[in-house]
Amino acid sequence: MSEKVKTWPGVELSAKEFYGKVTSVKFRPEAKFSWSAGEAMSRFLMELKEGRLIARTCRKCKRILFPPRMFCEECFRPTDAWTYVKDTGTIETYSISYIDLDAKRITDPVYVGVVSVDGASPKMGLMHFFGGVTPETIRIGMRVKAVWKPPAQREGSVLDIVHWRPLKEGEG
Amino acid sequence: MRKVACIGAGMTLFRRRLLETGKEMCWEAARMALDSAGLTIDDVDAVVFGSAPDAFDGIHMKGENLLDGCGGVGKPYVRVFTGGGTAVFSPIAGYWHVASGAFDCVLVVNEEKMSSCQPHPQSVFGHIWDPILDRPLKPNLVWIFAMEMNRYMTVHKVRYEDVAAVAVKNKRNAVAHPCAQLADPNITVDDVKNSEMMAWPVRRLDISPPSDGASALVIASEDFVRKRKVESPVWFSGVGWCIDTTMWTDRDLYFPEYLARAAKMAYKQARIDDPRKQIDFAEPYDPFDYKELHHMEGLGLCKKGEAPVLTREGVTQRDGDLPTCPSGGLLGVGNPIAATMGIKVGELYWQLSGQAGKRQIPHEIHTGVTNAWGDLMQFSSVVVMRA
Amino acid sequence: MRVGIVGVGVVPFRPATPEYSWKEIMYEAASRAYADADINPREEVDSFITCAEDYWEGFGIFDEFTPDQLGAVLRPACTVTGDGIQGLAQGVLQIRAGLADVVAVEAHSKISDLLTYEGVVRHAMDPIWNKPLGGSPYYLAGLEMDAYLRAAKLSERDCAAIVTKNRQNARTNERAAHGVKLDVEDVLASPPISTPLKELDVAPLADTAVVLVLAAEARAKKLASDPVWIRGVGWNSDSPWLETREWAEAKYLENAAKMAYSEAKVRSPTSEFQLAEVDDKFSYKEPQHLEALGLSKKGSTAKAIRAGTFELGGDLPVNASGGSLGCGNVIEASGLHRVAEVALQLRGHAGRNQIDGARTGLAASWRGLPTATGAVAVLGVGR
Repeated sequence: MSEKVKTWPGVELSAKEFYGKVTSVKFRPEAKFSWSAGEAMSRFLMELKEGRLIARTCRKCKRILFPPRMFCEECFRPTDAWTYVKDTGTIETYSISYIDLDAKRITDPVYVGVVSVDGASPKMGLMHFFGGVTPETIRIGMRVKAVWKPPAQREGSVLDIVHWRPLKEGEG
Repeated sequence: MRKVACIGAGMTLFRRRLLETGKEMCWEAARMALDSAGLTIDDVDAVVFGSAPDAFDGIHMKGENLLDGCGGVGKPYVRVFTGGGTAVFSPIAGYWHVASGAFDCVLVVNEEKMSSCQPHPQSVFGHIWDPILDRPLKPNLVWIFAMEMNRYMTVHKVRYEDVAAVAVKNKRNAVAHPCAQLADPNITVDDVKNSEMMAWPVRRLDISPPSDGASALVIASEDFVRKRKVESPVWFSGVGWCIDTTMWTDRDLYFPEYLARAAKMAYKQARIDDPRKQIDFAEPYDPFDYKELHHMEGLGLCKKGEAPVLTREGVTQRDGDLPTCPSGGLLGVGNPIAATMGIKVGELYWQLSGQAGKRQIPHEIHTGVTNAWGDLMQFSSVVVMRA
Repeated sequence: MRVGIVGVGVVPFRPATPEYSWKEIMYEAASRAYADADINPREEVDSFITCAEDYWEGFGIFDEFTPDQLGAVLRPACTVTGDGIQGLAQGVLQIRAGLADVVAVEAHSKISDLLTYEGVVRHAMDPIWNKPLGGSPYYLAGLEMDAYLRAAKLSERDCAAIVTKNRQNARTNERAAHGVKLDVEDVLASPPISTPLKELDVAPLADTAVVLVLAAEARAKKLASDPVWIRGVGWNSDSPWLETREWAEAKYLENAAKMAYSEAKVRSPTSEFQLAEVDDKFSYKEPQHLEALGLSKKGSTAKAIRAGTFELGGDLPVNASGGSLGCGNVIEASGLHRVAEVALQLRGHAGRNQIDGARTGLAASWRGLPTATGAVAVLGVGR
């Protein structure tokens, strides 16, 4: 690579040198936010508190949009109406995580993935946890149902659903 | 439309931690690129800067803070930012600076100082998620790759061994790269299979690590190339970029449609209608091993589901029919996000101008394609170059 | 090849917009701009540019959260981490490079979602040399105001007159959030922030979203009967080092103007513009910027201010919109908003503050503390 270049710039530091030897300046930014949820997400959260999933419809492309939004991104027009969707669905993809938010190892793995929700347009879904599954039983295409927190514990959050579990015989 | 060429390039070592500050890394890469083109900063009309989340360097508006290291003082200077896609997108911004006729010679500098972020740069990725839909689940970035990898492998019935083979190829290719952080001449598929499980199906050695680094390119007009008698210019033949919906949970992740459209835009400009035949080598973005396969298919270099087969058959080896990531890629050289420009567009430049040293592809090459990928699995930038 | 503005969409500024999420306010501006241009973004816009910084928004990669509300799903879209006029410039370059015929440029402020504005401004300061000093970042404006007033021989009273002018203009601009009748004495008596900077010298924050639609000449002529041509555009950055920077002059704007004037063939700035929209995030920035733009002669600016030259009815109305002082500081959307105001004036659609015979106008921006970066756009109608 360019026979002209003999040394490539950069001095590597080991972790020990980085933390112990070189001078550094520490700073923690003051950056706090409180985002207005807006019309669509506010209603979505309120309905979660009531144990329901809600979507929006677009008359033009005829899709049922979930998560709900006040404008259809395909047609670029305002969406038309609210409509409830079911709390059953299908696993589109999943992962079994052995690490947490900060990349630390956890002992009990977390089952997470995307659920496409019944009643919404195909493939419209939500990221959420799965429960009542093992690495051997979980699979793409599995039919699942939401497990809700008791009403008193719901706050208007996606965590009002504890996780999604496999559908039992005769359900959904 | 004006013809535009890359006439010089430079990069620093990629390492988990470098001593140099962000400004210093920018300066080193910029100086090297200018030296390689036989130019000084006075020859440069405008500067484009590329870098991924400000949170890594720990400076709001980091483009402003780093502009002196990029040679931007007193010049028209602008920063573009498309997440990981910046590695190939800032060169596209450099391209339009020159192709528009506004400037004759532009310096593009990309930088990332991930080591600044404590306790670990991973934490920054907690903030790329939607605050209402995703963040409450306390997601780790690896989850989303794992979900995409699972979907891809399930739809196409891909064996894990064929995915791991990409990590092996790239880490071995990287032995020939002077800046490589993770080169390993002896790594095997078993090593990858036996590495720590992070989020099934992703294992530790499937992933490229965080790095510090910077890279730079000098981009110039045809007139400039002629007047300065530049040897070995490498021409931009086509550029393209595309973004998909924020609602990633509404998409089928098995195929990067946004990449296919970005490639279509670039191929149209480059007059390529049969990428597999007309492209000689590729530098697809490979932050994870399965991404190389995903991107090869998105770039139309093979049919959907076929990339693992090409890998298994050795087609993508450096001496194969379609050398892929001859640089060693992010998996082998390192991943300072935007600064990987040096091993993507930079590699295209060095290969096509015959300057790739030990990495030089051992047969004749004329056309190369590269892509970068970013945001929430939704953005791609594509560049096609010709010698 | 000329590039014209064929669509303008501005969401009226407000101090807070709790009923909108950032997506919804962007959608609002985009809808207005596309309706104005009478185009379908899903088919007729080739490229989309957002001007934003992560830390204003509170996201690790804000670019992710932009396409849907602009009509940019599965289209070429990107983020420029810069002021709206820098974004506008990139749109112009994309068109001239043949990459697009029609470009949508967006910028917004949802700054009411940010609870610690000063904390984030401080986060932009150099981590090694400046952050450790602590304190509110407004001391930078205090230092600069002091240096500028002494060099330009302006008084605090002159700056107060600019505040009253702009906030008065804002009272009759339906897009402005902070129109109010003030006396110079009110401004001078307002609490000191970092002397000589006082509370009323600082533009209050506001929310908005702005989208402009640009088109290549041939297309522009089809889309609009009288496109607003971008005759010239320039952008420039001076050193980020506070320690070695020229404090009294806005060198970045002088350089940006040189670039824009050269392209627009402007030879005599004082006589070629009927209006100017010039950054005034702090009161003293307006005269400092006017001097850098060649719109006011250094040494004579105080005289010009006192003679009412820059008032709505004066020889060169500056910030007829109300500026940032009167409309609100909308962060990276500031420059784009000023271009929108000039465009509306040139179309004759500026409302009650319409300047008669407006044919050529100037918009100039500054990225705010602690930067020395700014951009200039020269706009005109007709030939």
